[in-house]
Amino acid sequence: MPDAQFDSVLVMGIGNVLWADEGFGPRCAEALAASYALPDSVRLLDGGTQGLYLLPFIEEAEALLIFDAVDYGLAPGTLKIVRDGDVPSFMGAKKMSLHQTGFQDVLATAAFKGCAPARMTLIGCQPQELDDYGGGLRDTVAAQIAPALAAGLAELASWGIEARPGRTDTGDLADPSIRRRAYESGRPSEDAACRSGDARFLPGRAG
Amino acid sequence: MATTPNGFDLDNSGKRIVVDPVTRIEGHMRCEVNVDEDGFIRNAVSTGTMWRGLEVILKGRDPRDAWAFTERICGVCTGTHALTSVRAVEDALGITIPDNANSIRNIMQLNLQVHDHIVHFYHLHALDWVNPVNALRADPKATSELQQSVSPSHPMSSPGYFRDVQNRLKQFVESGQLGLFKNGYWDNPAYLLPPEADLMATTHYLEALDLQTELCKIHTIFGGKNPHPNWLVGGVPCPINVDGTGAVGAINMERLNLVSSIIDKCTAFVNNVYIPDVIAIGGFYKNWLYGGGLSSQACLAYGDIPEHPNDFSADQLHLPRGAIINGNLNEVHEVDVRDPEQVQEFVDHSWYNYGEPGKGLHPWDGVTEANFELGPNTKGSRTNIEAIDEAAKYSWIKAPRWKGHAMEVGPLARYIIGYASGHEDIKGQVEGLLRTMDLPVSALFSTLGRTAARALEAEYCTRLQKQFFDKMIANIRNGDSSTANVEKWEPKTWPKECKGVGMTEAPRGALGHWVQIKDGRIDNYQCVVPTTWNGSPRDSAGNIGAFEAALMNTKMERPEEPVEILRTLHSFDPCLACSTHVMSPEGQELTSVKVR
Repeated sequence: MPDAQFDSVLVMGIGNVLWADEGFGPRCAEALAASYALPDSVRLLDGGTQGLYLLPFIEEAEALLIFDAVDYGLAPGTLKIVRDGDVPSFMGAKKMSLHQTGFQDVLATAAFKGCAPARMTLIGCQPQELDDYGGGLRDTVAAQIAPALAAGLAELASWGIEARPGRTDTGDLADPSIRRRAYESGRPSEDAACRSGDARFLPGRAG
Repeated sequence: MATTPNGFDLDNSGKRIVVDPVTRIEGHMRCEVNVDEDGFIRNAVSTGTMWRGLEVILKGRDPRDAWAFTERICGVCTGTHALTSVRAVEDALGITIPDNANSIRNIMQLNLQVHDHIVHFYHLHALDWVNPVNALRADPKATSELQQSVSPSHPMSSPGYFRDVQNRLKQFVESGQLGLFKNGYWDNPAYLLPPEADLMATTHYLEALDLQTELCKIHTIFGGKNPHPNWLVGGVPCPINVDGTGAVGAINMERLNLVSSIIDKCTAFVNNVYIPDVIAIGGFYKNWLYGGGLSSQACLAYGDIPEHPNDFSADQLHLPRGAIINGNLNEVHEVDVRDPEQVQEFVDHSWYNYGEPGKGLHPWDGVTEANFELGPNTKGSRTNIEAIDEAAKYSWIKAPRWKGHAMEVGPLARYIIGYASGHEDIKGQVEGLLRTMDLPVSALFSTLGRTAARALEAEYCTRLQKQFFDKMIANIRNGDSSTANVEKWEPKTWPKECKGVGMTEAPRGALGHWVQIKDGRIDNYQCVVPTTWNGSPRDSAGNIGAFEAALMNTKMERPEEPVEILRTLHSFDPCLACSTHVMSPEGQELTSVKVR
């Protein structure tokens, strides 16, 4: 393993846990915290859909590792890793905040300020289902959490950061009531909670 | 041509323009207008194209956890939804909160107001008025002079400073990576600022980014973490230990001093940068007074920032509560969100089914049953709508009404209600601004008025923040360090069935959560959010909603470049997508604008 290259690394899962596979990023962050001990130089964060409000965290980071659901146009559950200058172009279609700031814009803003991280890696998973409000991860996407973590750890290792098996105590994850197990197991039945919607956005559901 | 009960002449015979942005996370919005031969908007149709249905995912959950779900509804108003949710549950269960919890919640809510207003102005709305590409032509020396004339107390004003920003901007534009500013209509004649004002505002865009780094810290201190702070039914989840030295989680003097210094920085920015910018930019657009819509006739606010814990009487709230209808500013009506006859939602033009036409339901009795059907005059197909039929159902947003009236909510509504009811601080601010800008009261009822009200409110909120900070410190000094009441934390202490309502004034307007609890679990949960009010479709009587009304009779310079539409819709700070800056992976614009 190379010597640690950065004093400050941000590992961030982004996306909305309420939109099925869109929750992939935050769920990866949770899984990472539950199974690995990261050194103090690494901050592990559930970024949610906070867009521009994540800028302060990004500015502080010399290196940035992102887990996210990304529409690459590939088969559902496909993992794809992109690095550095290629990262923004893969995050453009994704609107994160209600200020319509895509993560691409957040990275562009960091660059405009002269505060962009020196290294960036995006570990993205092709979602199967995004338009199921209140739903959890589909099996094909959930099965990619472990490979995504392995890829993330390899990336960290290439930056000279070692993660040991264990736990990372961080207050920067979701409240326990919406962590994956509680959230997915507590979902009301389809009879109790109608899930149909606009045919253009919920294909196959609207009657 | 038809005249609506709320007084708008609709004519859908002209050219139809469709603005259909594509976004996913917060829900979608589409807007269609008809423009006459002279370029004036004569019909406006606002469609929410996505159903969120948060209500149904909360069924059966623990009411003490509802805040954590509602915090994820939207990308920015996390805290305000969480606060509304804990208030609703406390109301249902009869839980009172301690004094410090009230002060801390107020400080957090006010911080959100200020933060959101600043981010809205500089990072969403500014590009509707400010042309960053034009800033490249500015003379840094003249920009420095402009800065010193509009805000003598702002220290960052040297020609070298502006030259530096201009150079960075130039490099950025030339590098081609300027996704931020890429898809503007930068040669549209609707942009009126001289290059120096454009450069000054673009520079403040960067300063505002620096400030938000500081503002976030207040939520970290009181909420334990950011960007998703913790909340607690019964109070706030942060113990106070002023004598402590860095104990994990507890609020000590060091942290309180940090809060105080952040409030000071924020106050300075609002007074020296935000307000002067709004006045300076507004001065160039003084003749562009479109976009008033419903604001001159029907405004609604629930009020917020209670002086004392557990007391939501209108005269105890610092942000005003009230309703104005029929344009009568001499009478501000009291609002009761529990009254089944006041707040009601209608679905005659929404893709839901109530079983009978013309029926309105109070949120406690709210029903969310989807019914997607398009009217006979829809153009295109079910999956590719070219033009919607507004005579039929046309939106996923329900139509909330107050005693049958379509209402505007938000900073402008709050400020008109405050002004009309003689609220001392608000009245003083409004009169001062109108005097400075040499504008009549009627100028308030405009897109620019909405933008100005937000800035004034940010200023007022910084003062209130200081006030509640001092109040909390005095209370702690008197020996009260209590921050939560957990007497009724356990479900066994709860009634078998109960219901409650929580209200806040979110940055974008009146927000209510109505909850029913049965056997310790959520039985029904309804949110009526600000954008439901403002973005509402027509109702059974034919009243148009606030977005629709605000677009009416606006002159468009170039119909294929909807600068004016976006300017007005953005002035509401909509919780729905309506951006000119939506990008695909290849960097193309996804927002489509079609003229038919």
